[in-house]
Amino acid sequence: MSAENQIERHTLSVLVDNEAGVLARVIGLFSGRGYNIDSLTVAEVDEQEHMSRITIVTLGTPPMIEQIKAQLGRLVPVHRVVDLTVECESVERELALVKVTGKGDARVEALRMSEAFRARVVDATPDSFVFEITGNTEKIDAFIGLMKPLGLREVSRTGAAAISRGPEAM
Amino acid sequence: MDKQLNGAQIVLQSLQDHGVEHIFGYPGGAVLPIYDEIFQQESIEHILVRHEQGATHAAEGYARSTGKCGVVLVTSGPGATNAVTGLTDALMDSIPMVCITGQVPTHLIGGDAFQEADTVGITRPCTKHNYLVKDINDLARIMHEAFQVATTGRPGPVVVDIPKDIQFALGPYMKPKAVKHKSYQPQIKGDMTAIKQAVELIANAKKPIFYTGGGIINSGPHASQLLRELVKLTGFPITSTLMGLGSYPSADKQWLGMLGMHGTYEANWAMHDCDLMINIGARFDDRITGVLDKFSPNSKKIHVDIDPSSINKNVMVDVAIVGDCAHVLEDMLRVYKSDAVTPDKKALASWWSEIEAWRDRKCLSYKKDAKAIKPQYAVERLYELTKDADTYITTEVGQHQMWAAQYYRFEDPNRWMTSGGLGTMGYGIPAAVGVQVAHPKSLVIDIAGEASVQMTMQEISTAVQYRLPIKIFILNNEYMGMVRQWQELLHGGRYSSSYSEALPDFVKLAEAYGATGIRAETPAELDDAIKRMIDTPGPVIFDCIVTKDENCFPMIPSGAAHNEMLLADSEGLDIEVSEAGKTLV
Ligand SMILES: Cc1ncc(C[n+]2csc(CCOP(=O)(O)OP(=O)(O)O)c2C)c(N)n1
Ligand SMILES: [Mg+2]
Repeated sequence: MSAENQIERHTLSVLVDNEAGVLARVIGLFSGRGYNIDSLTVAEVDEQEHMSRITIVTLGTPPMIEQIKAQLGRLVPVHRVVDLTVECESVERELALVKVTGKGDARVEALRMSEAFRARVVDATPDSFVFEITGNTEKIDAFIGLMKPLGLREVSRTGAAAISRGPEAM
Repeated sequence: MDKQLNGAQIVLQSLQDHGVEHIFGYPGGAVLPIYDEIFQQESIEHILVRHEQGATHAAEGYARSTGKCGVVLVTSGPGATNAVTGLTDALMDSIPMVCITGQVPTHLIGGDAFQEADTVGITRPCTKHNYLVKDINDLARIMHEAFQVATTGRPGPVVVDIPKDIQFALGPYMKPKAVKHKSYQPQIKGDMTAIKQAVELIANAKKPIFYTGGGIINSGPHASQLLRELVKLTGFPITSTLMGLGSYPSADKQWLGMLGMHGTYEANWAMHDCDLMINIGARFDDRITGVLDKFSPNSKKIHVDIDPSSINKNVMVDVAIVGDCAHVLEDMLRVYKSDAVTPDKKALASWWSEIEAWRDRKCLSYKKDAKAIKPQYAVERLYELTKDADTYITTEVGQHQMWAAQYYRFEDPNRWMTSGGLGTMGYGIPAAVGVQVAHPKSLVIDIAGEASVQMTMQEISTAVQYRLPIKIFILNNEYMGMVRQWQELLHGGRYSSSYSEALPDFVKLAEAYGATGIRAETPAELDDAIKRMIDTPGPVIFDCIVTKDENCFPMIPSGAAHNEMLLADSEGLDIEVSEAGKTLV
């Protein structure tokens, strides 16, 4: 397979006006044109200027990713689109809340594992824990994988937030 | 302090400030305050259509023939949903349009009120941008922005959805200012480095071709002028898409005719065999490229487009220039002249001799018939008898549209209005209404099919009401001819639901509307009938009875390449269309 056809995972940061319908525009673009969304996070980042930052993790061939960026750039309320995967070095973090239930050895093992992963216990009952874990997506995948045999009940993940390394801003 | 006006007054004032003279619309409960304001002023004329789809196509015809923004006004709910086809059409063909829709009052939104529809939700994917005005203080700014977004960059339709309470509310009005939009800033000037690279490729080309599109038309008549200059200077051949017809004069020797699925043999072969393709304002649409794997395999490609997302979308190019066609052409010409580029005369001469050989196939020739009118003949005669008049042509969608593109010849931009990207049957009559409103003295003809024309036939009533002398020239083959042709080609001649049964008597229908009906059934009477049509002062429906089973050639069948096209004298239609090709439309 040539590089042209290789499916890649890219993290895009999109600065938008925080106005009604802007998220619908972005999501509608992805569904309407058949692009993938692996995860999407959004929140206002500049109250004064009413700007929100959307982080989208998407999968596609390099030409497809270029097309996604161009299409995003075409939306009227979009200020900037940055491909954190190719345009700069970046850090990516995701937060997950992971509920694990059980007693005895499994419970002890879950707690031990959570310490190894630097997860925090944010809720506990005699037969359950809620762990809070942050990290990149692979780390969270790994933690959830380990919890499965130990009584994993429920997971809530934020999706990735990402930012470039170094002093430059987008 | 800014002037205080109510919402409806703000709408009218902003339309006036943007130079709007005509709007196309249909009233209803949710836009009554705006209609009341229309009633009380004189600078803007409202054209009452018979269906909201008609208003949108009329606005498109108006826009395309003038270069101005088309304006539409419709009510909430069904008014807005009826406008969706025309909005999508305008989006696909990059037509500037502002469509104002009424909405239920803000406090009722979301409650399934009478005639409530989520207009911004429904129109989000079929507009360039849309707005729901929730605060009277935003209305003036949004109206100005709507015109800016619709008319600049790659033009397109913009919806402004205005709840009825906002139309009554008092708020500030300020005049439009040339302020930079916070996030919307289309690139107009092309990158000079890329332009220089393009000129270098042009200088070294041995088998070049200009492939131009609707972007030239949208860029304005000046772009056509510059294109002509560049084409003349280089001596290169030029072809154009359906949307670009008229940007280069068809009478000129360097013109190869339209390219694409029903384009000429010489244009498509030249596209296939060229070593340099200079795409200006076209978008490598699938009607143009045929199967992508085999599209012009040995050429370097230059692409000028104002929309960055058009670049490398379907076809990867070697030099991409984002910018407005006129600006880029101007820079190209400047570099070309200052570099004193001299094209390779010898290479060009041999390229032209290849092209002449393709031309000699005379791909648009057809068998004449002494008794029955061939549709191609009808368009040829129509052209001959109207070419010296101040003529504008619109079309519906189907075979007649392709015959119009092939046999009617255009020398100037803005004279040809057709639904290219969406292929909307029913476009032609209302578009003709819009063109005629903009050019009351001109000869405006809709080259139509008997099936298409029934989709928006009621707009004849609009034409009669406003004394718009449009001519509907129906190539009546009693079939949805284009569908029939595909069924012949791909479905064993099983003509499932493509026969136009129970047709109205178009002559009587015209009379019922208060228009004039004319029928021609033989070649002998055709010329006189066309002349009568031209001389009739009011709207005319011309029922031109043509042969029923004519196919539209040349044709690149689905899934085939430019050098695999079928000609009229090909051995019938018994070619093999690949399985993959059959799934294409
Ligand atoms: C609104 C709409 N519906 C369906 C089609 C599909 N379609 C394309 S051409 C065509 C037949 C048009 O028939 P007619 O107007 O008689 O033109 P002809 O091909 O016979 O010249 C149809 C049904 C379309 N393009 N638009
Ligand atoms: Mg027909």
